[in-house]
Amino acid sequence: MKGMRTVFKKEVRENIRDRRALFNSLLLGPLLFPVLFVGMMWFLQSAEQERAEKPLELPIVGAHYAPSLVRFLEQNGVIVEFEPENPEDMVREQAVPVALRITSEFPEKWEKGLPAPVEVIADASRQESNQPIQRVKRLLYGYGQQIGTLRLQLRGVSPQLAMPVMIKDVDLSTPKSRAILAVIFLPYVLMITAFTGATHLAMDTTAGEKERKSLEPLLITPVPRWQIMTGKMLTTTVFAMASLALTLVSFRIVLPFMPVGAFGMDLTLGLTTLLRILLVVSPVAILAAALLTLLASFAKSYREAQSYMGLVILIPMVPSLIFMANPVKAEGWMMGIPLFSQNMLIGELIRDESVSMAWYTLSISSTLAIGLALAVVAANLYNRPKLIFSSS
Amino acid sequence: MIVVKNLKKSFGEVKAVNDVSFVAQDGEITGLLGPNGAGKTTTLRMLYSLLPPDAGEIRIDGMDPTRDAMDIKRTLGVVPDGRGIYTRLTARENIAYYGELHGMTNSAIERRIKELVGTLGMTDFIDRRTEGFSQGQRVKVAIARAMVHEPQTVLMDEPSNGLDVMSTRALREYIIGLKQAGHSVVLSTHIMQEVAALCDRIVIIASGEVAAEGSAEELLQRSGCDTLEDAFVKLIGTEEGLLA
Repeated sequence: MKGMRTVFKKEVRENIRDRRALFNSLLLGPLLFPVLFVGMMWFLQSAEQERAEKPLELPIVGAHYAPSLVRFLEQNGVIVEFEPENPEDMVREQAVPVALRITSEFPEKWEKGLPAPVEVIADASRQESNQPIQRVKRLLYGYGQQIGTLRLQLRGVSPQLAMPVMIKDVDLSTPKSRAILAVIFLPYVLMITAFTGATHLAMDTTAGEKERKSLEPLLITPVPRWQIMTGKMLTTTVFAMASLALTLVSFRIVLPFMPVGAFGMDLTLGLTTLLRILLVVSPVAILAAALLTLLASFAKSYREAQSYMGLVILIPMVPSLIFMANPVKAEGWMMGIPLFSQNMLIGELIRDESVSMAWYTLSISSTLAIGLALAVVAANLYNRPKLIFSSS
Repeated sequence: MIVVKNLKKSFGEVKAVNDVSFVAQDGEITGLLGPNGAGKTTTLRMLYSLLPPDAGEIRIDGMDPTRDAMDIKRTLGVVPDGRGIYTRLTARENIAYYGELHGMTNSAIERRIKELVGTLGMTDFIDRRTEGFSQGQRVKVAIARAMVHEPQTVLMDEPSNGLDVMSTRALREYIIGLKQAGHSVVLSTHIMQEVAALCDRIVIIASGEVAAEGSAEELLQRSGCDTLEDAFVKLIGTEEGLLA
């Protein structure tokens, strides 16, 4: 075991002096991700707001058929452009996001008390048009409601008769639990951080050592090879964990600055929550260190190892993306799936729910078991002479 | 003392070492001389237990590398072909790392490094990071690293590769010092002058087989040539890969 400790100490010392290692493990994840995500939220939020507050220009064909509707729209901040020549072309060419056409049958049906048609011309495949389309439809609907109510009153009927059901929202979410809506990406970021934090070290201590030709003399020392490899994996794990811890701390600092709009959200991460999240993702760091070391050991050079890593980074993304795209209720058996279980547990922790001990245990032990199994394979890899000499 | 009998090693179709036998005595320098690709490095790798032989026998001070790998590694000092020192560590840290891997105590390592710095002349750069070291400085670090645990048997693969004249002279003096201290030294080389200047016994290897073995005089006598170079060419039957 002394040999393992010696290797560990030396790798830590060597990599702390390596700017590339520090940048990849301790700076990239912890600094880039939080800033990136909060920055993105700012951007989305302000773009959304800008669109909502911008006066809406609306070309209307046949405005003279429905003067009172047009007046209503103008009162609600719509700038009406009267009688455009070809509204379809204007929408197609993206001159305006949406246009209206009021046809000649409008006054006739209106008089008879039948639904009078108004065409909303838009291209639904253009995402940026969604907001103005919704705005126009909401105004039209509001106008319809208003007229409907008046019509009933004129006939001496209570408008409430037309409202048989009243919907009341009883929202059980708390400011804490709503926070998950804003930080749905956090588990995803943490999974990736565990991998990015481990990547450079895993490559440098294996493929890098081979490339620099220092592997051969190292293996001539009277230290069992599994101890040498385990020492290296320990270093990789420690860097990955440091990367995770720093990322969490940096999120704790940055999250309160996140624009959350009208929702009341409590985005502070308490110290116990932080520690629990760290406990839950730590096994992922071990899994990542073992898996990446295993793969990088097959590479002849740092560069070759890098080309494998591009694919490996997909591994932590897949469960997170599935979970983000298709949120499911957390259940016991899911805790046995590495990477997926962490996604769920982190979600629960951010929502400030109490998580059962059994779930923690299952998630941690299943991930750890796979991580350690991979580590055993990786530790014994250099018993094969072929791998040692694959560079020469 | 090293005894090698009928050593064989193939990589797939390629027979790297076909039939190599020799004896390297304590207090002697044994040179494995041969053209590039003759099987010198593969032979050395089998000696320091990094490759298992396909057939044949190796005894280093009575131990077998395939069974007593850990014990043999303790008695061996190896300077492999690739020097491979860590550029982000200082020369001292590089050497101390190997001392620790050999299970030495910190005080023993410190004492030993002091000795090596003296004999190898490393005072100027011992506490500098090895990034940007000259070939000569790197070889010195690699030798100090290999010798930190005071091994009885020393194996060197092309030790003077890439060294200038002054560094080569210093290296030779150091190797002769090892011999005088009673170590068994085996070095592989394809440089004729090195063999002539250093080796007590010469093992000429060509195409994975021992072409001839003996002292310089014996080889000259046997081949009937005047110079070692002519003898070498005659004994291996080709000039290919020879660097005078």
